Amino acid sequence: MARVAPTKKEKTNTLRAFVVELAVYAVFVTGYFFLVLHYLSGWLQNLHLYHVKIYAFATIVLIIGQAVFLESVTTWLLRLLRGGRSE
Amino acid sequence: MFFPISISTINPIYLVAIGFLIGVLGGFFGVGGSFIAGPALRAVGLEWNFAVGTDLAHIVGKSVVAAKRHRALGNVDLKLGLIMAIGTMGGAEVGAQLIQMLKRAGNVNFVVSIVSIVIYFSISTFMIWEAWRTLQYQKKRRPRTKVPGTAAKQDESSFSHRTQAIQRLKLWPMISLPASGVKAISLWVIILVSFVGGLFSGFLGGGAGYIRMPMLVYVLGIPTHLAVGTDLFEIIISASYGTFSHAIKGNVDILIALVMHTGAAIGAQIGAISTQYFAGPKIRLAFVPLPLIGAAIVIYTLVTGHKL
Repeated sequence: MARVAPTKKEKTNTLRAFVVELAVYAVFVTGYFFLVLHYLSGWLQNLHLYHVKIYAFATIVLIIGQAVFLESVTTWLLRLLRGGRSE
Repeated sequence: MFFPISISTINPIYLVAIGFLIGVLGGFFGVGGSFIAGPALRAVGLEWNFAVGTDLAHIVGKSVVAAKRHRALGNVDLKLGLIMAIGTMGGAEVGAQLIQMLKRAGNVNFVVSIVSIVIYFSISTFMIWEAWRTLQYQKKRRPRTKVPGTAAKQDESSFSHRTQAIQRLKLWPMISLPASGVKAISLWVIILVSFVGGLFSGFLGGGAGYIRMPMLVYVLGIPTHLAVGTDLFEIIISASYGTFSHAIKGNVDILIALVMHTGAAIGAQIGAISTQYFAGPKIRLAFVPLPLIGAAIVIYTLVTGHKL
């Protein structure tokens, strides 16, 4: 399967979109740290100490849930910044 | 930032940066990146047991993002990934039992170190030789007909005659892998490859992508891009199993894993998309330093006695 090489203009647009995406993503992630993780930490610590099986299940749900969510966010950002293309 | 589960204080920017680096490597090469994440977490004072368990949890998240992206690019063979997950989990259990046996014999560190150094150097040497030969062959064969940018996803290997011989082995049941372009291959060969990968994962730690990805290419004959994507998909299943097991033992700080993963999520996408711009032999040649980094870490540990 072959692909056509991106032109210089396309490369510049990709780089610009990526920088903007990083900036938006950084703001989003900073908010995420302070809001979501702050509220989750007490609950998770409690599970880790007293309900270890629920904690083990929660770790898998949380990491996969975050992965699916962040993948959707980054794909949406890429699509938005590149006018419909995601790669 | 204070992480109450592991009772540690770590700068979140450091965790995001490490996650990003591992994400790029994972998305591009289809490896878990434990050889970087483990020492990086240890370097900021996290206990060894938490470093191993947390790293596994982070690998699950990173692999979900990278595998989703590879799937969108047509680089994941789901059938192969699911079959391999069975062999990997079996192999990981046997590897863990081997470690227990060596522990009882009292020479676990020395044996594991020597085995891993030999394995890492063998993989790197073989891949340099094979990728270099393939690239030289391609250069000689079509020096002037190459159109810029058409190299992506084209895959040739100077080892393909051996791979074809393995595919011709008639060990029932034979299965086809249409997504990978393999017409027929023995199920036992796939199980054996994944079992060996799992064995090294249980024996040496981490996801063992540095062994599984080359085996997918050279033994099963899977094109490099598909090997990367399929390995990532398989890692989701096997690392989830490992995470659950470690979490029950109290070895996972999920908050650290979630923070690391915010960097890995974007890094994994960049790595996965980047594979589109490189042909198979070039990806394989660029893969070579990874096992060498692993070997360097083991040699350092063996010589100094300090575990990174």
